[in-house]
Amino acid sequence: MARPRSRSAADGVDVETLEQLCASKEIVVSTGSGGVGKTTTAAALGATAASRLGIKVLVLTVDPARRLASALGMEQFGNVETRVPDAAFAAAGAEVQGELWAAMLDTKQSWDDLVRRHAPDAATRDAILANPLYQSITGKFVQSHDYVAMERLYEIHNSGRYDLIVVDTPPTRNALDFLDAPERMADFFSSRLLRWLIAPYRSRVLGLASKPFYSVADRILGTQFLEDIAEFFILFQSMYEGFVERAQAVTALLGSPQTTFLVVSTLEVAPSREAAYFLSLLEQRRYHVGALVLNKVLPEFLLDPRGTEAAGLLATRGDEVGAKINEALSLGMPHAGTVLTEIGRSFMDYQVVGRRENEQRRELAAIPELTLSVPYFDDDIHSLEGLLGLGETIWS
Amino acid sequence: MPAQRSGLGLLDRRLLFVTGKGGVGKTSVASALGHLAARHGKRTLVCEVDSKGDLAEFFGVGPLGFEPTEVRPGLHAMAMDTEESLKEYLRLQLRLPMLAKIGPLARTFDFLANAAPGVKEILTVGKLTFEVREDHYDLVVVDASATGHVVGQLASPVAINELVKVGLVRNQTDWMIDILTDPDRTAVVVVTAPEEMPVSETLELVERLGNETDIEVASVVVNRVLPELFARSDEVIFDRLREPDAMAALGERVGPGIDTVMQGAQLAVSLRRSRVGHLTRLRDGLPAGLPVLNLPYLFTRSHGPRATGKIAESLGEELGF
Repeated sequence: MARPRSRSAADGVDVETLEQLCASKEIVVSTGSGGVGKTTTAAALGATAASRLGIKVLVLTVDPARRLASALGMEQFGNVETRVPDAAFAAAGAEVQGELWAAMLDTKQSWDDLVRRHAPDAATRDAILANPLYQSITGKFVQSHDYVAMERLYEIHNSGRYDLIVVDTPPTRNALDFLDAPERMADFFSSRLLRWLIAPYRSRVLGLASKPFYSVADRILGTQFLEDIAEFFILFQSMYEGFVERAQAVTALLGSPQTTFLVVSTLEVAPSREAAYFLSLLEQRRYHVGALVLNKVLPEFLLDPRGTEAAGLLATRGDEVGAKINEALSLGMPHAGTVLTEIGRSFMDYQVVGRRENEQRRELAAIPELTLSVPYFDDDIHSLEGLLGLGETIWS
Repeated sequence: MPAQRSGLGLLDRRLLFVTGKGGVGKTSVASALGHLAARHGKRTLVCEVDSKGDLAEFFGVGPLGFEPTEVRPGLHAMAMDTEESLKEYLRLQLRLPMLAKIGPLARTFDFLANAAPGVKEILTVGKLTFEVREDHYDLVVVDASATGHVVGQLASPVAINELVKVGLVRNQTDWMIDILTDPDRTAVVVVTAPEEMPVSETLELVERLGNETDIEVASVVVNRVLPELFARSDEVIFDRLREPDAMAALGERVGPGIDTVMQGAQLAVSLRRSRVGHLTRLRDGLPAGLPVLNLPYLFTRSHGPRATGKIAESLGEELGF
């Protein structure tokens, strides 16, 4: 089921580097399971694109765990798009030809904005904003995040304010929801069940308990809650068309040639499997998978067969080797043998992991256009300098 | 007080939610906890909530379904399926078996569950607390959602309760909340790794659970703690052995690969060191008295029943068995 490669090179240029990818796309969606450096990778890519391509870039994070601010070296930024000052680039020892902006998604705020935009009149708007179900859905529940994230992405892209938008998504399983959210929302508003639920409130002719369905629903949910639901959806119906249209447009945008997906992973067992799953899913749906970025990859020297031989000797005969070295160089270090044995064993241990990673990488690399490996860094990245450094290692 | 609980105190609970930042090894800790509990004679159920299918691999069995599979004597495993949970709920709890049987209606409900936020959460938490209420198991271990979502999930009965003032659903959420907020029965185990972000998120999560729910945190498990390559006092030996004369002598005895091996040792040392600070920050940031358990990094090719057994063993040691 190989995807025709030509689709990615719609503009006739083969993509060989992230630089080319960023230069030819308008939206980069960064996906991957939690803890693999997805947010950091998105921020690094955004910062590097702004610095090197001289374009206006927005990094938009939709991850409920608020990580991007610290990675961008900003104290905080909220729902409002905020520019990372040129001075920050200067302090990081970098020149910035373009502009780097960042925004985080505040679900509640974005929903409120959405209602304000789509509501037909002030009365409907206020009624929706005050409805307890609306407040609960937007404030507390998880999936509403996904829909509003896509909606916001669409809105920002459409505004034409940026040359490139790098979107950071929630972890993989949720990223699925993220892709499906617009469609699901549209389906929901046209659901038959919903129409049934609303019908008696709309006409006020039918007594609630007159039909078995409602008597059951009433027993399960309680009258007040049913009324809240009905009110909520009757109000939302007035925005129905706007919603469905938007949802379709968002879905189309994700599949358009302007958009590419970045899959970020480590080569650990669980994240790799999720990455493989997500890669195949994106391929199935014919989304463009621009690149696979592998973080925290163990160095290749661990696979060196000469290393294996030496480590094997140390692990089994470390004491003997240590004693000889001690004698030959008059080290006076009786523990040398123990240390050498440990060193040999440790190498063998890490080699097991290194080999597994290597196989994993080969399997994952089959789908994306590009596969880039980022070595282990001793510490997480907290500064723009660090982000730009990371960006450089994968950029061209 | 959580400080007084240790060892069996953890396994004497009835419902344990194992959560943590994605990628830290929630599933491996959840399966090890189940393994350990079963070995101590408890009838145990381990439930995977995100149904990624990882749990089956940790137990070395085929795909898991909503109907629990006995994976070892006394140890059962299942994968959450909210549609099945809804059917069971309609059949057993609301005594509306006919509703569950009407295919199209069940589909519509599932559809509602997908679209309306909160429904999946409550169906998940409802099923788990139901197993506890009915005494089907001594212990239910949940491989729960990741840190970003678990608070919303655990708080869903309260959220639904605020929305629905009367009716059967209201009666249902009341007993769920009773079970969830009873520290003798229910607790959260937060899994983390000695790295920056997992530690930060763990501290944040413990605080949020305290502020936004009435559910107790029983312990924090630090997974994948790298071994110390050699004692600090032996570091001078390591440094000396890397001097050119020693390297030459070593090369003569074990071959040219010695350079690579020493590079590997340096990597192991610096990886281990970079983690010490994160562990300290974790201990300092957690409420006093909250137990922190350490599990070693396993240098294995993959995870499976053998690895799960090893983790259970380490966990048992940490719990003082």
